[in-house]
Amino acid sequence: MNKPLRRIAIFCGLLVLALLVRVNWLQYVRADELNANKHNRRVQIERYAHERGNIIVDGNPVTGSVETKGSDFKYKRVWKNGPMWAPVTGYSSQAFDASQLENIEDGILTGNSDQLFFDRTLSLFTGEKKTGGNIVTTLNAAAQKAAFKGLGNKKGAVAALDPQTGAILALVSTPSYDPSVFAGNSLKDAEARQQLLNDKDKPMLNRALRETYPPGSTFKVVTAAAALENGLYTSIDEATRSPLPYRLPQTTGNLENEGNIPCKNASLREALRWSCNTVFGKISDDLGNQKMIDEANKFGFNKEIFTPVRADASVYPKDNRPQNAMAGIGQASNRATPLQMAMVAAAVANDGKLMQPYMVAERQAPGLDPIYTHEKEQFSQPLSGENAQKLQQMMETVVANGTGQNAKIPGVTVGGKTGTAQHGLNNSEKPYAWFISYAKTGSGSPVAVAVVVEDGQANRDDISGGGLAAPIAQAVMKAVIDSRR
Amino acid sequence: MSVVTNTTTIGAIDAPSRRNTELVLLLFAVFISVFAYANVGLALNGELPSGMLGYGLGLALLAGVAHLAVRRFAPYADPLLLPLATLLNGLGLAIIWRLDQSERFQALKTFAPAASKQLMFSAVGVGLLVVVLVALKDHRILQRYTYISMVVALFLLILPMFFPAVNGAKIWIKIPGVGTIQPGEFAKIIIAVFFAGYLMVKRDALALASRRFMGLYLPRGRDLGPILMVWAFSILILVFETDLGSSLLFFGMFVVMLYVATERTSWIVFGLLMSAVGAVGVAAFEPHVQQRVTAWLDPFAGWGKVAASEQMAKSLMAFGSGGTLGTGLGQGNSDLIGFAANSDFILATVGEELGLAGMMAVLLVYGLIVERGVRTALAARDPFGKLLAIGLSGSFAIQVFVVAGGVMGLIPLTGMTMPFVAAGGSSVIANWALIGILLRISDTARRPAPAPAPSSDAEMTQVVRP
Repeated sequence: MNKPLRRIAIFCGLLVLALLVRVNWLQYVRADELNANKHNRRVQIERYAHERGNIIVDGNPVTGSVETKGSDFKYKRVWKNGPMWAPVTGYSSQAFDASQLENIEDGILTGNSDQLFFDRTLSLFTGEKKTGGNIVTTLNAAAQKAAFKGLGNKKGAVAALDPQTGAILALVSTPSYDPSVFAGNSLKDAEARQQLLNDKDKPMLNRALRETYPPGSTFKVVTAAAALENGLYTSIDEATRSPLPYRLPQTTGNLENEGNIPCKNASLREALRWSCNTVFGKISDDLGNQKMIDEANKFGFNKEIFTPVRADASVYPKDNRPQNAMAGIGQASNRATPLQMAMVAAAVANDGKLMQPYMVAERQAPGLDPIYTHEKEQFSQPLSGENAQKLQQMMETVVANGTGQNAKIPGVTVGGKTGTAQHGLNNSEKPYAWFISYAKTGSGSPVAVAVVVEDGQANRDDISGGGLAAPIAQAVMKAVIDSRR
Repeated sequence: MSVVTNTTTIGAIDAPSRRNTELVLLLFAVFISVFAYANVGLALNGELPSGMLGYGLGLALLAGVAHLAVRRFAPYADPLLLPLATLLNGLGLAIIWRLDQSERFQALKTFAPAASKQLMFSAVGVGLLVVVLVALKDHRILQRYTYISMVVALFLLILPMFFPAVNGAKIWIKIPGVGTIQPGEFAKIIIAVFFAGYLMVKRDALALASRRFMGLYLPRGRDLGPILMVWAFSILILVFETDLGSSLLFFGMFVVMLYVATERTSWIVFGLLMSAVGAVGVAAFEPHVQQRVTAWLDPFAGWGKVAASEQMAKSLMAFGSGGTLGTGLGQGNSDLIGFAANSDFILATVGEELGLAGMMAVLLVYGLIVERGVRTALAARDPFGKLLAIGLSGSFAIQVFVVAGGVMGLIPLTGMTMPFVAAGGSSVIANWALIGILLRISDTARRPAPAPAPSSDAEMTQVVRP
């Protein structure tokens, strides 16, 4: 009986061998893959096992970490002035993952990024407690505050850029939310989040980056740039050969102006000053759809923009002639994010050079050593320096003695453009008030800003870019200039 | 005439008893277990656990009692079996205690600490081992109870059918005041006794009376009877108790013993064919089994939908997060598996907290127990002892493979316990009894042959010198 016994012994050996091979396969070969699995709660546990690094504005953290009890997550994220900074930081919740900067820079904030490999190895020997690295943002606390205060309880968004570098100075969306209310993983947190999700005002929507609005008359700056770039007019003061009334091509309808304004054969400067729909509609039609698309694209349209937080693509569409004419004045299917319109103002202010917008100036290792510093980078050149200066003159006229006089700052040159974008079926809903502008000091322009107010409370007749949005833009620009002094 | 009456030189040929080796190894096993316990306490609370002394003394006492019993009643028994079992039992206790400390478990309404109960059951198990050693002077006595053990085994296997299913499997009986018992664990041993006794008698008939067909020796129809019966029986268990593990175990054990008894490969071919037919047949209409198979094929596909898949996926992730060296006892999150983490899925905790290195060590310890069992079978001098020893160690090997392979996703999960390590009274008690029987067989096998009785003729033989 011993021969089969020996065979059974071999069989048992094979069983054990199979187990050994399998356990090696699982724990050595597949370990990383299993660890990275999205269902693996250990990832979250690890994420909250250490104090998270901070997001820093003007040298002060706008975030923090507190220790929590009664959960397998040790630390909970908190925010200082959460509603104001939420469009910048995003949230980081134990139960609901993270968004925006908190999500994109998670590797640095948790200290798990490969970029921190040497720091981690070093702290292995020094025995330091593991903490995350910091993210230093480009934001300007004063500008952010001015924008947040300016919007108040109105619904809207503000995006402000430094035209010379592309640094984002303010990013506000109202109504906002406090990410702290659902940072934990209790039932209360879940309810608070659900309440936010159910809110019809969509407080968790980042309107500055993720909402596209019809840009209305502010888009006329782009149309004017296209006219100058394509040589449709060489001087901003020559007459434009535009009729009044202007009939939309291939239709029987007329493109109307707001009120009775002098638009017949108006020069570009006058047309922008009065915001003539007829003049810019005709320019758009004269240039044609493709040239308009080309110019809009140079300003950043039709493309998602990563700051590194993703901004939705603004849209200047391929369309038929009448629609293209309408798109030229920022209506029809033309849609833009507030960031996009701030980029338009910034490109004009920076003599035609559009800089890549960004909000992370520096990533710091837990020991505060910088491991990444942003180098400014040109996004495109939508118009020549010469044409940019012409456009500046036009925009400055708007503020000096046009529709944008509410944006004036004493002792500072300000250029701007108002917009009142109609929306809804047959313009049934209240229009959006827009204002884009830039300020200029001796050393170029330090700030360009776009404001949109979608106000449901004001009377329809009161809504205008100049009345509602321009004062907010003025406050933001003033805050930036004051903080630079 | 020779003046030398003392035969010391011959005495050296006696097999050494190796009891002192066993004692040293036992001390080592107890030390490792206590060390593991201290490790858990330090990792979780930063201090030595308060129960460490009691726990260490308890385990040492169990090992000591078992050792003394072996020394007294089975002095030539295999020296490795007892320390290996003690090591697994002690390690299991430390891991169960570690899982008891889990805050996630303590938050559950159904939570009850299992470590102290497990220590009690281990004591009962060791007690049973001592009883086996004391009462069973010679394993061949068991041969007399061949048919009685068949009846008892059948009774134990059928019994759970009359009790409600627990978590989808009818393998439990509930005795008020005592708790739940898994009779299958005991049936495993008793059925091995039956098989050994039956096959020892019928082996010649099964082996020789056969016809050759296509290179295989086909058994005669009437000899095929018992194997068909066992096959049908294991299928019945599978269907009525939805216990995939036990049916695999009984059938595997029967095939192994049949093969050893008859030395005919054809029996293995038949065995594999029939188990394949049975498994596929049942899987075709039994949803519980189907669920296990889908969970095995792609555990992550059923995440959040099927509990079995999710548990399987969590088990795999526990192994993955352990990596090569593990997180260290008490520092992993294997309790995320939730239900059955300290019983069926206890290997996931070993994998996560002791890592690949610890898992390989634990698997090798199981492998060594099987190896000592097979060695016992080889050394046994009587066919009954051989069959019983290979039956027990074979079933032990199959159980380890089925459970560990299931938890690691090598084969579909079947829901049996890991011998000695997993929390579970029946399992620990039955496996100690199994070790007791193996010790008894190995004692008989390794005992030096008694000195030849003095022959009455010896006196008469004289060397006549001229």
